[in-house]
Amino acid sequence: MTFIEITKKTNIDFIGLRKKAFILSTILVVLGIVGFVMVSLGKANLSVDFTGGTTLQVRFKEPVSIVDLRQVLAHGTGGISDVQIQEVSGTNEFFLKTKESEKIQEKIASLLSKALPDKKFEILGSNMVGSSVGQTLKKHAIIAVVISLACIVVYIAWRFTFLFGVAATIATFHDVLALLGIFWLLGREMNILFITALLTVAGYSLTDTVVVFDRIRENMAKMKSREDFGNVISRSINEVLSRTLITSLTVVIALISMLVLGGEVLFDFSFALFIGVLVGTYSSIFVASPLIYIWRKKGL
Amino acid sequence: MLKSLKLRAILILIFLVISVVFLLPNIIEPEGAWKRYLPSDKIRLGLDLKGGMHLLLALDTEKMLDHMVERKFNGLKDGMIRDGVRFVGLDKKPEGITVSVKADQKDKLYNLLGKEFPDLKPGSTRTEGDTLIVPLMFVEREIANLKENALRQALETIRNRIDQFGVSEPVIVQQGENQILIQLPGIKEPERALELIGRTAQLEFKLVDEENAARASAGQVPEGDEIMTLKSRNRETGVVTTTPILLKKQTLLTGDALTDARVSIGGEFRSEAYVGIEFNSEGARVFERITGENVGKRIAIILDNTVYSAPVVKERISGGKASITGGFSMDEAKDLAIVLRAGALPAPVNVMQNITIGPTLGQDSIRKGVRAALLGGILIIAFMIYYYRASGIIANVAMFLNLIFLLCAFTAMKATMTLPGIAGIILTMGMGVDTNVLIFERIREELRLGKTVRAAVDGGYSKAWVTIFDAHITTLITTFVLFIFGTGPIKGFAVTLSIGIIINLFTAVFGSKTIFDWILQKYKPRSLSI
Repeated sequence: MTFIEITKKTNIDFIGLRKKAFILSTILVVLGIVGFVMVSLGKANLSVDFTGGTTLQVRFKEPVSIVDLRQVLAHGTGGISDVQIQEVSGTNEFFLKTKESEKIQEKIASLLSKALPDKKFEILGSNMVGSSVGQTLKKHAIIAVVISLACIVVYIAWRFTFLFGVAATIATFHDVLALLGIFWLLGREMNILFITALLTVAGYSLTDTVVVFDRIRENMAKMKSREDFGNVISRSINEVLSRTLITSLTVVIALISMLVLGGEVLFDFSFALFIGVLVGTYSSIFVASPLIYIWRKKGL
Repeated sequence: MLKSLKLRAILILIFLVISVVFLLPNIIEPEGAWKRYLPSDKIRLGLDLKGGMHLLLALDTEKMLDHMVERKFNGLKDGMIRDGVRFVGLDKKPEGITVSVKADQKDKLYNLLGKEFPDLKPGSTRTEGDTLIVPLMFVEREIANLKENALRQALETIRNRIDQFGVSEPVIVQQGENQILIQLPGIKEPERALELIGRTAQLEFKLVDEENAARASAGQVPEGDEIMTLKSRNRETGVVTTTPILLKKQTLLTGDALTDARVSIGGEFRSEAYVGIEFNSEGARVFERITGENVGKRIAIILDNTVYSAPVVKERISGGKASITGGFSMDEAKDLAIVLRAGALPAPVNVMQNITIGPTLGQDSIRKGVRAALLGGILIIAFMIYYYRASGIIANVAMFLNLIFLLCAFTAMKATMTLPGIAGIILTMGMGVDTNVLIFERIREELRLGKTVRAAVDGGYSKAWVTIFDAHITTLITTFVLFIFGTGPIKGFAVTLSIGIIINLFTAVFGSKTIFDWILQKYKPRSLSI
């Protein structure tokens, strides 16, 4: 019987690659920690969900240049000095963001209709958040991430061993940090949907890790006494490699369709999930499994 | 697993029929006799999909307590003067009032307190010479009660206002200790609605102090007076001007005494809209008395600390009717009448969050979400057929069942679909096929070992099961946390993803195995297209 295969029977020495992988992982984690510190200091592109303020989505009937718009909104009389303008490419739509929250919609509407009277516009939507709500949300987001991770350790420790649990959690933490770091580096906006993406990625990455761990456990039971433990792990990963790649592929297909057709609200969300799936797939192979190997060798 | 193939097939079929029945109202409107027996709920759309306004208001109870202290303070002062309690000092702080009286006045003071101010609890007193200093504290339970009542009253008032404004299916609920969550789907004039809902609408009547006006404009405000702004609008140009006006602090009458408020047109300027108000009998008596006592003077009509008009009283007015003019537009007058009829909020409200989604954006989101779902679905189906051939079709059938059951469960639970919810459905498709991928890869491994088709399929399913179960639980953990901490749109995501994952266990394992077993039993193939 023949099958269509994404990978022929592979025999990659994943454990042998662990040192190179750890360099990459360290970079990602450091990036993530820097990103986290910057977020805590408020020096990241946080959405009004967390900082308080207003976001408006405006659509013009005809093309308007972002330079004109900035001139009118930020520097015009009665303008809003801290306004940030982001263009939605391929449309006449703009996202306007400011820390102010009082009557901002009316203010912007009157500025626009006075300075650009011939450009018809429509305010598609607005999101105003008071700063105290932002504080609460921030707190809730952190609690949610911490609780998820704690539940994960407990479950994996119960299903496998404590060591597997810790390795899986470190891999998951690695993914969450890497995603945060990459988003920070790219300067993309972090909103509630981003937190949702973080948690979803945590769940996905864990699933991936569990699949690999399951196979390692199975092969450990069948392990011959003289066989090198590193071999067993590498073999296990090779055995589930096609599954890992195919599943990542189908999820990536779903995400790409959201990236392309899902519109600007879902774009950043899908983008975060996209990066998360890649990092999550990487981490179950190159972070979680080598950790088990190293600890086992040290006799833990 | 159930041994009988027929029983399993019937079970799946029953679920499928139930799902179709539940989903039918989304496609066609049930008619006639069907209407009574079939479910009629459509999938509920969240505000981000159908457009509308989401408001989170916080009742400023601190300000309300300040007012209460102020009222008690004035009441106590008046009471002591009336009863002849000679006091040497009276002082108010946020947590209470301090009275200093001569020692021999103690009994008279306590008498007054016991009779009229049971909620002021005297603390431990201090004597300084022959002066007795009595700190008066508010009873804590009273304050808690007051806050609770205020929130209840605010909810009631806002509900009234929204009802009269005319919004279909509004959501108005308490959230936390002092917050009110409001959702107004499909609202056309969000700014006007916010103005209407957020207005305190505290109506007051006070006397204008014209004798001291000159002195006040020189910067000397007499004791017992205050300066407010008078807002007036030029009837031709519509330009609003504000001028300071000196008033006596004492409130003569408040909006509590109103029984009705209606919009009328006419009066002094023919086309002007104004609000006619009617007092209850108590209010009418007071109004008659104050107009009688102040003929020739001006009485200011104040709404939320802004003076709208200050007409001269020409004669004693009996019958309890008055009107509020102020150059209103028709809409403004209508809204003013609504808030006056619905009553004042017990304290000002602060807008904590205001998410407004225009109808265009909502429709856009639905269209884009559905398109993305279709594209994702088609690509995944094509990939699965390409990679797993005939078995890929089985996986696709399982995915299709997964979707149908998911939407049915979603409708039956009366959950709210949001844009992230749609994303959850798309992800369910992408992640859901993982179950079948795990199984199929196992079956391939078994086949490679040279097992028979029957043995390979059974072995593949049973060996993959443990992994599948663990994988589902770990995903559920995070979605569950999202469900607890998430609000609005995020909840939609958590709900679709978690239901999707749970149903996936049924469709992708039980459902696809049933199809496999049926094919194996019927055709007894020697090889498997996988």
